[in-house]
Amino acid sequence: MLMHYLEKIGSRVINAMEGFGAVIILIGQIFYQLKHVPRGRHVLRQMANLGVDTLPIVALTMLFTGMVITLQTAHEFIRYGAQSTIGGVVAIGVARELGPVLTGVVAAGRVGAAITAEISTMKVTEQIDALKVMATNPIGYLVVPRLIACMFMLPLLVIFGDVIGTFGGWIISTYYANISSAMYMQSITTFTVVHDITGGLIKSVFFGAAIAVIGCYYGLNAPNGAEGVGKATTQSVVGAIIVIFISNCFMSLILYR
Amino acid sequence: MIHLIDVKKEFQGRSVLHNINLNVEKGETLAIIGASGSGKSTLLRLMIGLLQPTSGEVWIKNVEISQLPEIELDKIRLNMGMVFQYSALFDSMTVGDNVAFGLKEHTKLTSDKIKQVVHEKLKLVELEGFEAMMPNELSGGMKKRISLARAIAFEPEIVLYDEPSSGLDPIMAAKIDELIVNTQQVLGVTSVVVTHDMNSAFHIADRIAMVYDGELIAIDDVEGIQNSQDPRVREFIHGTIKPIKRRQMHVDRS
Repeated sequence: MLMHYLEKIGSRVINAMEGFGAVIILIGQIFYQLKHVPRGRHVLRQMANLGVDTLPIVALTMLFTGMVITLQTAHEFIRYGAQSTIGGVVAIGVARELGPVLTGVVAAGRVGAAITAEISTMKVTEQIDALKVMATNPIGYLVVPRLIACMFMLPLLVIFGDVIGTFGGWIISTYYANISSAMYMQSITTFTVVHDITGGLIKSVFFGAAIAVIGCYYGLNAPNGAEGVGKATTQSVVGAIIVIFISNCFMSLILYR
Repeated sequence: MIHLIDVKKEFQGRSVLHNINLNVEKGETLAIIGASGSGKSTLLRLMIGLLQPTSGEVWIKNVEISQLPEIELDKIRLNMGMVFQYSALFDSMTVGDNVAFGLKEHTKLTSDKIKQVVHEKLKLVELEGFEAMMPNELSGGMKKRISLARAIAFEPEIVLYDEPSSGLDPIMAAKIDELIVNTQQVLGVTSVVVTHDMNSAFHIADRIAMVYDGELIAIDDVEGIQNSQDPRVREFIHGTIKPIKRRQMHVDRS
């Protein structure tokens, strides 16, 4: 009985290490392919697909997150007479943590899933083999443009998300908590520094890379069949979200200590 | 042109091909026949480097490709084309972009010249004017023909066909056979066709090789295969099954 559980645990550890090793190999292959000039048109198309089309859902998420955070903090801050700091607290929270993490999670759900579904479908329908047969490296053709697009577009989405989140906070503080616009803005300019924003953007570049690499990895290694595509897509989204939350903690420790 | 020496292939410890020795001459059409799961498609994938043999050598022209790095393999592949069993057209691209793919990726031809080549190849497969259509708007037979046009767009010396007529009605299957013969005659390519359609194999092939349970059990010209005394070959080409199996089925039913 004990041996059975030990074998099970050992097998899972080996599988996890193999998966980790395979991702490292994929990253190595991506770096090798980066020596070629990336296909500009492909990168732009991916930027439109993965970035622009994700903006509405990021905007919606950040607007309501900014609003609800302000709703919760305003009550307490007003009680202690600290209403003049609400704008700053909301802006710092959004710029440092909520903006990058929630945009990353939304992008993992939308972009990561789309990347995995597309590439895994290409794999099961032999389109990846067709690329190889036509002397075209699938990493250079499929992975590199998506990686570049995600690394560029996620920070842009975070900038929009930060602005919209802070705007959401302004709506609640002005119309619900009766704090003047001037005080809200004054608080933001007093408490927020440039590093609050740049730190969040640095995180988002990493999150973008993680979403693209994990999405492509699961796509390229999807088991055959429709079930395989579904399984790979789920694993990709879950994997990217886990990486975002764990790496966010460590990056916050490094960037904001 | 294609030379396999003592090729073995295993998947997760299970042997799929054992000691295959095969030679395909320049300009000939070799049909590889055999039951489903006998290892025919694996053989084709070894020839174009999509799989590496567990042991043995695969020579394309004068290059041993089984241990080549991908970048060197790509140079060999530029001289080869492949028609996949399910066509494997890029479903996010139009028919024209599919056929033009190799030319756009690997040549510096002007877009007008590429359009001209695409038109020529589509005309060869009798689908000119379909450039703007998407693969999901085409029938199975049309997809196979577009796949052939894409495979020959780069004017390769070798074309590999994986079950080109499977899943098609008899008329369309015959049309695909005609195209394979026509391509061989017009472009002078060396062709390897994996099929289990005996009418097709007899019609298009100069020689026929039979794979049985991972072994190459026969290779001969069409007449030689038709007159083969090997019961395994005879069973396959006549579509019969062993009497013992028939008896067994009666026993099972009773």
